[in-house]
Amino acid sequence: MEILLEILSELHPDVDFESCDTLIDDNILDSFDIITLIAEISSEFDVNIPAEEIVPENFNSAKALYALIERLLDQ
Amino acid sequence: MQYNVLEYLEGTVQALPDKVAYANENTGISFMEVYNGAKAIGTFLSSKGIYKQPVVVFMNKCPEAVVAFFGVVYGGDFYVPIEEEMPRFRIQLILDNLNPGAVICDRASKKVMDSFDFGGEVYLYDDMVGTSIDNNALGRIRERAIDTDPIYIIYTSGSTGIPKGVAACHRSVIDYIESLSEVLGVDESTVFGNQTPFYFDASLKELYSTIKAGATTYIIPKSLFMFPVKLVEFLNKYRINTVCWVVPALTMISAFGTLDKIKPECLRTIAFGSEVFPVKQLNLWRRALPEAQFINLYGPTEATGMCCYFKVDRPFEEGEVLPIGRPFRNTEIILLDENNRVPARGELGEICVRGTSLTLGYYKDFDRTAEVFVQNPLNDAYPENIYRTGDLGRYNERGELVFVSRKDHQVKHMGHRVELGEIEVNVNMIEGVKSACCVYDEEGKKIVLFYVGEASQKEVAATLRERLPRYMLPNHIEVLETMPLTTNGKIDRKFLKGRLYTTY
Repeated sequence: MEILLEILSELHPDVDFESCDTLIDDNILDSFDIITLIAEISSEFDVNIPAEEIVPENFNSAKALYALIERLLDQ
Repeated sequence: MQYNVLEYLEGTVQALPDKVAYANENTGISFMEVYNGAKAIGTFLSSKGIYKQPVVVFMNKCPEAVVAFFGVVYGGDFYVPIEEEMPRFRIQLILDNLNPGAVICDRASKKVMDSFDFGGEVYLYDDMVGTSIDNNALGRIRERAIDTDPIYIIYTSGSTGIPKGVAACHRSVIDYIESLSEVLGVDESTVFGNQTPFYFDASLKELYSTIKAGATTYIIPKSLFMFPVKLVEFLNKYRINTVCWVVPALTMISAFGTLDKIKPECLRTIAFGSEVFPVKQLNLWRRALPEAQFINLYGPTEATGMCCYFKVDRPFEEGEVLPIGRPFRNTEIILLDENNRVPARGELGEICVRGTSLTLGYYKDFDRTAEVFVQNPLNDAYPENIYRTGDLGRYNERGELVFVSRKDHQVKHMGHRVELGEIEVNVNMIEGVKSACCVYDEEGKKIVLFYVGEASQKEVAATLRERLPRYMLPNHIEVLETMPLTTNGKIDRKFLKGRLYTTY
């Protein structure tokens, strides 16, 4: 989780990712962020996020995103 | 002969009055509604005596915003699109540069507008569109109109920190749209899926081709460009068959294997521009849609829109560069070397544009206009302007034009044109920053900012967020003890660029 939070704060140093759960709903993340995130996650966690998992629900909070990574790692 | 862009609308409304012209997921408006709405807005502006002036259209991206654009042209004025997602600081700079005759708002943007330092008139779209049309007044405006009168101003990044307002006229837009529709094969059956914001010239492709050919444009919600499967579902739902997108919007779909799961079933023409399309991604698209026509477009805002095209007609392998091809009809591309001479075939030269598609120049900025709209050095007989793009290109062995690089510090990032100098000027204005330099990491596609000073990275990031558009914000910020300098005392960009690949 720490690594993920680090990646996120690099993108937006001024956002509290531990508490925010409206990253998509409040337009905090944009398409560039999503692409960067997916690339960073792929290199840090060695997991590829497939297209069908790139949906708002999985990116609305750091927690949801981390759950997705864990789910993909388990597969 | 056509003199006015509105003749497109007036022709199409006769033939297809009830067809949907512009739509989004909630609403669609017909050509007749566009026509009547635009004439009402033109009448309103005329009744207020606003004539031959810039009029800002500050509305959420929706079909009604297009009606407002054409309405401003009916009034004999020229429109300047602005949206709330632009940073406040930038909007204020634009308002100061323009001193517009009026601002047209929707209900939401009106509240935002009221918080700006602006003494002029602000009108609500809803109030204007109900005006009863005065055909006599509009007729008088049309009679006095000249095809070299401006119709819009679009702002683009300026290295001094002040955005430049490119003003374009009827003539150049007509010239552009005629050639473009021919290249894209636009007709009544065309259904566009618009991606680019209205405050960029890129959206002219859909907005004007639609009224010319009686096509339909769907405005795709911006948020869908984060979610590739949902985006393709949208394309399929509205049977979109033609897109003119920036490259990152297309690679967003292909890069995550989306095309293996869901295909854009109706797409037949896929045009792209803004930056070089990586061949690996292009090939994923071509494999998924073997019947579709792929077209690489190239052109600067200063030459209205696109001025070169390449229809992908053969296989490309990774490592090969997609050409930008050949100029549109009625446009010439001249390559010029450092001595203003045409380089030998295959040699590098600056890409210069000659033709009617040249815009009028930068609004209220004769100095910066004169730097790049210059006398054709190959012509010593009569005045003839060319536009120097600052892009370097060469011809390949097939005689196709290829873009090679920039000759200055302008980069293409996320499909946008960015002057690194504009970011630096804004960083240098922050208290506690002594010196700043931006470099572009082409591989990682990141803007990297280096600065010296006691201001924290957080402060710098937060301040820039208020001043610069999202796509101009550095993706990585690094604080240095001292700024590396060349022997001439300039910031050593090469050294900093080398640092990119070693430090992170």
